Amino acid sequence: MSARVLRNATLALGFAFLYGPIAILTAMSFNASRLVTVWGGFSTKWYSALVHDERMLQAATISLSAAALSALIATFNGLLAALALARFGAFRGRSLFAGSLYAPLVLPEVVFGLGLLLVFVALDVERGFVTLVLAHAAFTMCFATVMIHAALKDCDPTLEEAAADLGATPLRAFILVTLPLIAPSVVSAYLLAFTLSLDDFVIASFTTGPGATTLPMRIYSQVRLGVSPEVNAISTLLLGFVALILTASALLTRGRAKGGGAG
Amino acid sequence: MTDAPLLSIKGVSKRFGAVTALDDVSLEVARGEFFALLGPSGCGKTTLMRLVAGFEAPDAGRIEIAGEDMSGAPPHRRPVNLMFQSYALFPHLSVFENIAFGLRRQGKDKPAILARVAELLEIVKLTGVEKRRPDQLSGGQKQRVALARALAPGPRLLLLDEPLGALDRQLREETQFQLKEIQRKLQTSFVVVTHDQDEALAMADRIAVMRAGRIEQIGAPAEIYERPATRFVASFIGQMNFLPGRIEDGLFVGAFGRLPAPPTNLPDGAKAALAVRPERVAPTTDDGLDGIVEDVAFRGEIIHIRVRLASGEILRVSRGADQGARASIGDRMRLAIAADAAQLFTDER
Repeated sequence: MSARVLRNATLALGFAFLYGPIAILTAMSFNASRLVTVWGGFSTKWYSALVHDERMLQAATISLSAAALSALIATFNGLLAALALARFGAFRGRSLFAGSLYAPLVLPEVVFGLGLLLVFVALDVERGFVTLVLAHAAFTMCFATVMIHAALKDCDPTLEEAAADLGATPLRAFILVTLPLIAPSVVSAYLLAFTLSLDDFVIASFTTGPGATTLPMRIYSQVRLGVSPEVNAISTLLLGFVALILTASALLTRGRAKGGGAG
Repeated sequence: MTDAPLLSIKGVSKRFGAVTALDDVSLEVARGEFFALLGPSGCGKTTLMRLVAGFEAPDAGRIEIAGEDMSGAPPHRRPVNLMFQSYALFPHLSVFENIAFGLRRQGKDKPAILARVAELLEIVKLTGVEKRRPDQLSGGQKQRVALARALAPGPRLLLLDEPLGALDRQLREETQFQLKEIQRKLQTSFVVVTHDQDEALAMADRIAVMRAGRIEQIGAPAEIYERPATRFVASFIGQMNFLPGRIEDGLFVGAFGRLPAPPTNLPDGAKAALAVRPERVAPTTDDGLDGIVEDVAFRGEIIHIRVRLASGEILRVSRGADQGARASIGDRMRLAIAADAAQLFTDER
């Protein structure tokens, strides 16, 4: 009996540690009081204040469009890289290729960001939205590759052979047979890349320019002036948005694992 | 042109790294023929089939289909279809779309596709499942869909990789006859790859027996069964007794005693093995080899008897259940092997 109480207490403690800060942040975003630490009643006024904050809205637009665009590039490149890994056999330098693809997974973001910054400076590229998108595409591609590669490994290559045997060119075989089968994972990869780009602060602060401040950067610079409930509100929105996308991604991948013929 | 074989394989070799999968293989398949590639796993039969389908390229030799050299032609440009061992049905497409896949690639219009799919479902005796997905089908149904899909584009040559391998025994026998019937009706050449000799013997017009990347013998089922060209073929097809010994003055002499030697070009004194089928060993009351019945197995229409000879060798004997001569374990038995019932092989390779 006491063992069970202990177990549940441990669990509760663990969850409190993980989600307590988020719960407080969310609760405080509905705080009527301007003081961050004092509860002054329920209110949504910080959310309406947010709608009128031009700079915050602009940062959100930049973050969202950078995420959408960089995720698109990352998913496409990730698909190509995964195809090379899964379908081209043991070509020369395959291990090196795989290793260099997956390196950003473990590379410290500061190092990655600094490296990109040096490249942009060396090439004399003006930093801004374009460099931000490129940096995020490079950073999130490895995650997309991992997800799509896993799906391709599960996808029987004899299906492509069957399609070729029935008269489909290699490209058609891929589009008509393989792509529909791995589609849930490709969409999941896109959503993951999207959220990674949306969340990123470190790499963005190295690679973006004055004209393209992202939402995390804007929030950070505001917090330095003092935590306002408005920041809580935008953070809660961001949190909800990311949770939504990750749930969608998880549901898609699970559908693939269960059905095999889903879609 | 009409006399040209439909499929002609000339001196084809294929290596995978250090492994020789095929070594100078040549064979021909005629129009409308039911041909079987038979051999144990790893003998190269599947590699040969994949070469014909175009999934692999030969290191040496030529493959011609209807007189046309296929070297360099990718799978989607060959007038050949393959029924995969795993069936490889497209899991995201319905039965109808699976069968229509090849037709769509040929650019057929809608009414033509509808008619052709209906026709094929009729041929493979499978109707009412057009809208189902492959994972909603039984093993036997999947096999039929795979067959229908491979036949749909109207190939000149259909390759079947272990077509009955995944079916249970009863279904397998039934499907054997259906495959043969379909082949006769369509007059398409079939090349079946199988490791199951019963399957090959029952279905094929001709069989190529393969071993370690080489063809050991090509012939009609009866020919291969009755006159195996090598010791491997003799042991691989059906049951066979081998008695070691040597040739002496027209006799075959071994630990068991002496037997009249079958006709042979082996020189006097040569070591050899005498091969004889269990059903060609006859109980006798005259001259013969003495032994004791060790085991009797009743198999319905046939009785299998294992006889240990005085010299220690075991001879398998089979008798029709209606041929009397009931034997029980421990009985003495005298066996005769006629010269024309047996064949001599050197101890090869």
